[in-house]
Amino acid sequence: MADIDFSQLERSLRRPRTLVDFVLTGVVTGMTALSLVPLFSVVIMLAWRGGQRLSVAVFTQLPPTSLEQGGGFGNAIVGTIIIVALAVLVSVPIGLLTAIYLAQSHETRVATAARFCAKVLTGFPSILAGVFAYGAIVITTGGYSAFAGAVALSILMLPTIILTSEDAIRMVPARMRDAAIGMGATRTQVVWMVLLPTAIPGILTGIMLAVARAAGETAPLLFTALFSNYWLWSRGQMNLKQPTASLAVLIYNFASMPFKNQVELAWAAALVLVLLVLAANLIGQSLSANRLQQS
Amino acid sequence: MSTGAAAPRMTFASGELFEARASEIARAPSGRQTIVDRVFRAVCFGFTALTIGLVAFIVLQIAYSAAPAVRQHGLGFLSGRVWDPNAGRYGILGEIWGTLYTSVLAVVLGTAFGLAAAVFMSEGYLGQTVFSVLRRADLHLHPIWGQLPDQAERLLKNLIELLAAIPSVVYGLWGLFVVIPLVRPLCNWLHLKLGWIPIFSTDLSGPGVLPAVIVLSIMILPTITALSRDALVSVPEKLRMAAYGLGATRWETVLAVILPTAQRGIFGGVVLAFGRALGETMALAMLVGNANQISLSLFSPANTLAALLANNFPEAGAKQVGVLMYAALILLGITLAVNIAGAVMIQRATREHVD
Repeated sequence: MADIDFSQLERSLRRPRTLVDFVLTGVVTGMTALSLVPLFSVVIMLAWRGGQRLSVAVFTQLPPTSLEQGGGFGNAIVGTIIIVALAVLVSVPIGLLTAIYLAQSHETRVATAARFCAKVLTGFPSILAGVFAYGAIVITTGGYSAFAGAVALSILMLPTIILTSEDAIRMVPARMRDAAIGMGATRTQVVWMVLLPTAIPGILTGIMLAVARAAGETAPLLFTALFSNYWLWSRGQMNLKQPTASLAVLIYNFASMPFKNQVELAWAAALVLVLLVLAANLIGQSLSANRLQQS
Repeated sequence: MSTGAAAPRMTFASGELFEARASEIARAPSGRQTIVDRVFRAVCFGFTALTIGLVAFIVLQIAYSAAPAVRQHGLGFLSGRVWDPNAGRYGILGEIWGTLYTSVLAVVLGTAFGLAAAVFMSEGYLGQTVFSVLRRADLHLHPIWGQLPDQAERLLKNLIELLAAIPSVVYGLWGLFVVIPLVRPLCNWLHLKLGWIPIFSTDLSGPGVLPAVIVLSIMILPTITALSRDALVSVPEKLRMAAYGLGATRWETVLAVILPTAQRGIFGGVVLAFGRALGETMALAMLVGNANQISLSLFSPANTLAALLANNFPEAGAKQVGVLMYAALILLGITLAVNIAGAVMIQRATREHVD
């Protein structure tokens, strides 16, 4: 009988294997912590530099010209909301109907191709959506407009809406669908009476996530909606066929200006933009959290 | 089939159907319901075809707009280093180099940190630490305190995901006013002491490759972490248990069993993140310096394809738009190839685990 040396079984940092284990754990912990530093830094900077300038005036006034003091970005907030709302109007019907088709047909050639296209669009560079909208809308309609910006954004929203809605519809238990079909419901009745009412929280989550992403996009708007120093409406009439301001483009334009006033406004606009994006994200996530609790 | 004709049908259908009682549908569909069904299914199919058509249209639209410039400048466009609209000379070798250089560096940096975070999360270090603290306080079975380990893990996951929610233009602003002033003294010290090494051969006077790479790597980190974590947690538990049973330490298990098993999924995630980095625009347009030059130095300004488009499109004349469309076509080609490769890899990796 060989004697067992119990000291060999104890955990001791003197042994190289244990030491390597301990050191690597420390390294990974440190790197994870370091990954979160930028997040906190961004949040603190936004609260500090953006919060300083935040006032009622920035929400109600127009952007200042070069040497002008004060001013705000009321038109950019309105512009962002209008462009994103238009993009929702374009992308939600296409995305939802495509998702309904995809969720019901598994491996048909069209379904595979559409799913592939959606995945390709997920990684589509946002600047190219702008290039496309420039060629397809700005050149053909003869000018920069809120609508052109909305088309560019809707291309970026489409894959999120398609893929999350398809997942949400697929997660509806098969027995519910089978029961409806067994009662003699047509496929359309199954969709409108069973699938959509059950899947609606998941679908709304997808739409809100797409909205959150679109609201923060700058590159597609640079040369589609361009920018404007004025309100969208004049003499009580709203005009969507003119260059339109957005928060993201305002931040980009003002960030590199040599004027203190503009840089301060850029930080305040960044704070407002991040709060808008976070609000959309939180609403989206709370919708799907409710769904999880129900099931 | 036009959208205009389909829309009223659908509202009509939903209005009718939501009010129908169970007794009404427990019979064969009426003629009208059959027609509604056919139309609705055709509309769904039509919109699916529209999605496919849209992607094809995007590619063709950009290719068509680029065609005149392609014919005029040919392949010399790709190897030219001069961008001079006044002389009508255009070349994007500098931009191609800048795009690849910044993206590769950002992926290296982002993978190091992203993978570390993914291992940290998939191994449950945070949850275990919280658990052992609770256990010391004898609270680990408490109905409220006992949930803390899970909540801490979820919080960490959400925080990493939050990194992806911040718009890129805000990262650009942060990079201009925080990252550049922060790294500048260090960069200039490195240049002074180690300037003979090519990557330190210039000083950092403001925007440059390094700040752009740092911000870019932060932006792609959530993608790498999320996809790597998915790959790591889908490694079968029995492999881990077998390794522990053989006497392996936790890190021997991670390095020799878990990472190799998950490597395909991780690699797919890295490739997708590379695709993101190639197409990322705003942070680079603000931080990279927009200088058309080819240099190995980490501190010199450079330019990328996406930043070139962002900076030149708004003021471009008709002639220059054609050239920019050519550059957009090249960017489209590179990113499509990388994204499709990444998607295929992830698909293969998931299929492998299912088998």
